[in-house]
Amino acid sequence: MFKKKECVAMLLAGGQGSRLYALTQQVAKPAVPFGGKYRIIDFPLSNCTNSGIDTVGVLTQYQPLVLNDYIGNGLPWDLDRAFGGIKILPPYQGQHSRDWYKGTAHAIYQNMRFIDQFDPEYVLVLSGDHIYKMDYSKMLRFHKNRAADCTIAVIDVPIEEASRFGIMTIDWEQRITNFAEKPREPESTKASMGIYIFNRKKLYEYLIADAKDPASDNDFGKNIIPAMLAAGEKMMAFQFDGYWKDVGTIASLWEANMDLLGQRPVFSLEDDNWRIFTRHDPLPPQFIGDSAKIKNSIITEGCEIGGTVENSVLFPSVRVMPGAVVRDTVVMDGTVIEEDAHVQYAILDGNVHIGAGASIGGDRSEGGGLAVIGEGITIGAGQTVEAGIMLPDLR
Amino acid sequence: MTAAGLIFSNIHDQSIPEMTATRTMASLPFGGRYRLVDFALSNMVNSGITKVGIVTHNNYRSLMDHIGTGKDWDLARRSGGVTLLPPFVTAYENPRAGKLYTTRLEALMGVMEFIKHCGEGAIVLSDCDAICNIDLSAVLRAHEEEGADLTIVTKEMQLGKTEIRGNAIVYADEEGNATEFVEHTRLLRGEYDVSTNIMVFSKSFLITILLDALSHGYTAFYQQALAYAMGSARIRIFRHDGYYAKIDSLSHYFHANIALLRSQTRDALFNVRERPIYTKVRNSPPTRYGESAVVANALIADGCRIEGTVVNSILFRGVQVRRGTVIKNSILLQDSGTGENVTLNCVIADKNVMIRDARTLSGHQSLPFYIGKGKMI
Repeated sequence: MFKKKECVAMLLAGGQGSRLYALTQQVAKPAVPFGGKYRIIDFPLSNCTNSGIDTVGVLTQYQPLVLNDYIGNGLPWDLDRAFGGIKILPPYQGQHSRDWYKGTAHAIYQNMRFIDQFDPEYVLVLSGDHIYKMDYSKMLRFHKNRAADCTIAVIDVPIEEASRFGIMTIDWEQRITNFAEKPREPESTKASMGIYIFNRKKLYEYLIADAKDPASDNDFGKNIIPAMLAAGEKMMAFQFDGYWKDVGTIASLWEANMDLLGQRPVFSLEDDNWRIFTRHDPLPPQFIGDSAKIKNSIITEGCEIGGTVENSVLFPSVRVMPGAVVRDTVVMDGTVIEEDAHVQYAILDGNVHIGAGASIGGDRSEGGGLAVIGEGITIGAGQTVEAGIMLPDLR
Repeated sequence: MTAAGLIFSNIHDQSIPEMTATRTMASLPFGGRYRLVDFALSNMVNSGITKVGIVTHNNYRSLMDHIGTGKDWDLARRSGGVTLLPPFVTAYENPRAGKLYTTRLEALMGVMEFIKHCGEGAIVLSDCDAICNIDLSAVLRAHEEEGADLTIVTKEMQLGKTEIRGNAIVYADEEGNATEFVEHTRLLRGEYDVSTNIMVFSKSFLITILLDALSHGYTAFYQQALAYAMGSARIRIFRHDGYYAKIDSLSHYFHANIALLRSQTRDALFNVRERPIYTKVRNSPPTRYGESAVVANALIADGCRIEGTVVNSILFRGVQVRRGTVIKNSILLQDSGTGENVTLNCVIADKNVMIRDARTLSGHQSLPFYIGKGKMI
């Protein structure tokens, strides 16, 4: 067999990201823009490429158009391969069943034949929801060294936040002894990152059994992991100590963008040995005009800046006209901010048009909350959008 | 009409020897993130020309590195795509056998095989140093409608103020039929149609004049080979009225780059609908501006880190400008950088140049101070 691979990655990219409201009206959460020129899915995909994993199945379901188009043939991530590479796996109709993906486990179950083509020993399950840089090959080595049936990546979270995660209890050799999905009283601070490595044969046993159980939610966290633990399979926790951020809410998405700023950013994209790959439009370099004032910001190709930009993240082809002020804001592709408009503490989605003299959001220190303007919305000249307002309001 | 393209990568290397000592003219960095060849390649791709040969001569490693498989121009194709055509040294039995070509005509003779094997009816030739964004499909259409053997794209230029080297002047009648070519143009004053060296040949005509030139022992393209064919062939001009620049010297290079700080130049080159300029993707992160950054009238590529002052300048990808540094009227190429409290004025720093703390360097607009690749000051 020509296509034999040691490890195949399955990336769960069907999530709606419902708490991103206006930002995920038209796109699935993994396709949400991040960090000036990236989308969330660039992070797990670049991690795969940088970790030497060249076969990735991407499971899509919610609003897949943008995501499918973005992934294309996988060229930006070096995943346009003759053997392996990237494949988009939508739900499909079978002879006996015609189902949307009912849960994360069901999505993998439906695509066991895709995995079989490569006859891998291991299956790496990823989600397209997080911003982080991680070497999966280290995790795979750990999994093999410990002869585990399943390895789950864990990260320490503050105890007060632990009840939002799947929490692991581990023993002295990092073996998982207990797993609780979103526990009210967490026993530890080791949270599951939603990154799993399974021995394929073992995974299949549990997926098949799970698919037969009509009462199951067909979910890794709720069903598969607890079932494997209960059966006494060897399950290990792989400790991760780097930056990892769930950008599932408007506030956390804004924060993660701001983590890229500063003299020494909390999270850096500038590591030449772990580059984050993304799809590029052919755009000229950014032009900074005579009247521009830029402080503590990141700005990218195609932008033309004439106004003031502070503590902000600007995506490609953003225009900030002279006299306009943009502060503490994330501005996505192609958005235009006209003369003397003020934008503070906000997220502007792509192709938004802020008219001259308009005022968006409020001073961050006043605690009024983030203003959010959805894709393609025009705010007329001189109009005001108060702090904490979302347009369209889908909350 | 379907067409294939041919780009000359070394054709004017001698006009800017400082920067072409280690690279071809085609791979000369330009405009923050481009190389000169990107214009010729993008013009062809945007006009539906997807079989392109790049004629090389010497020092073409950097060009091979830039082009790669051609996928950044969508020219990684099973059929056609981009091909580098290395020098074909022993191609013909003539007094020059065993030597590299020295003229455009000899270069074309060296790639006769490529030309012969093209299934396309027309061949578009382009120099790599023609900086313009042109719709070649309009040129091809005019070529076909007029039943021309050769259509030369010209640009009206004011001679006298600037010397045009390596481009012929084309005299044409009122209908646009070329009547005469003049090369050495130092004495001419006034407005003339200057060849941009972008031209469309009917394939059979190109092969004919190459074979004729070979049998006559011609070496000069315009004044011998084309002049010989003038009487019998239909040679047309096509006036390009958009932006066109050609780099003849280091100070030309400096001014052609600085011209990009004007929005009209940027719009004419980069912001044309459906005709973007492609280049090799380097995956640099966005540029990060620090608390002490002061930037005005500057063109800045991705991957830079700026903590100092940058005015009237162009920064290529991955340039670092530290605190207290003031950069004016300068061009810093890829991955070059400065320490703290550096002052630069009219400086061109080539790739990977490092200028250490507190250095002051200045050239003049007419003769910018050039720092060679990889140097540390």
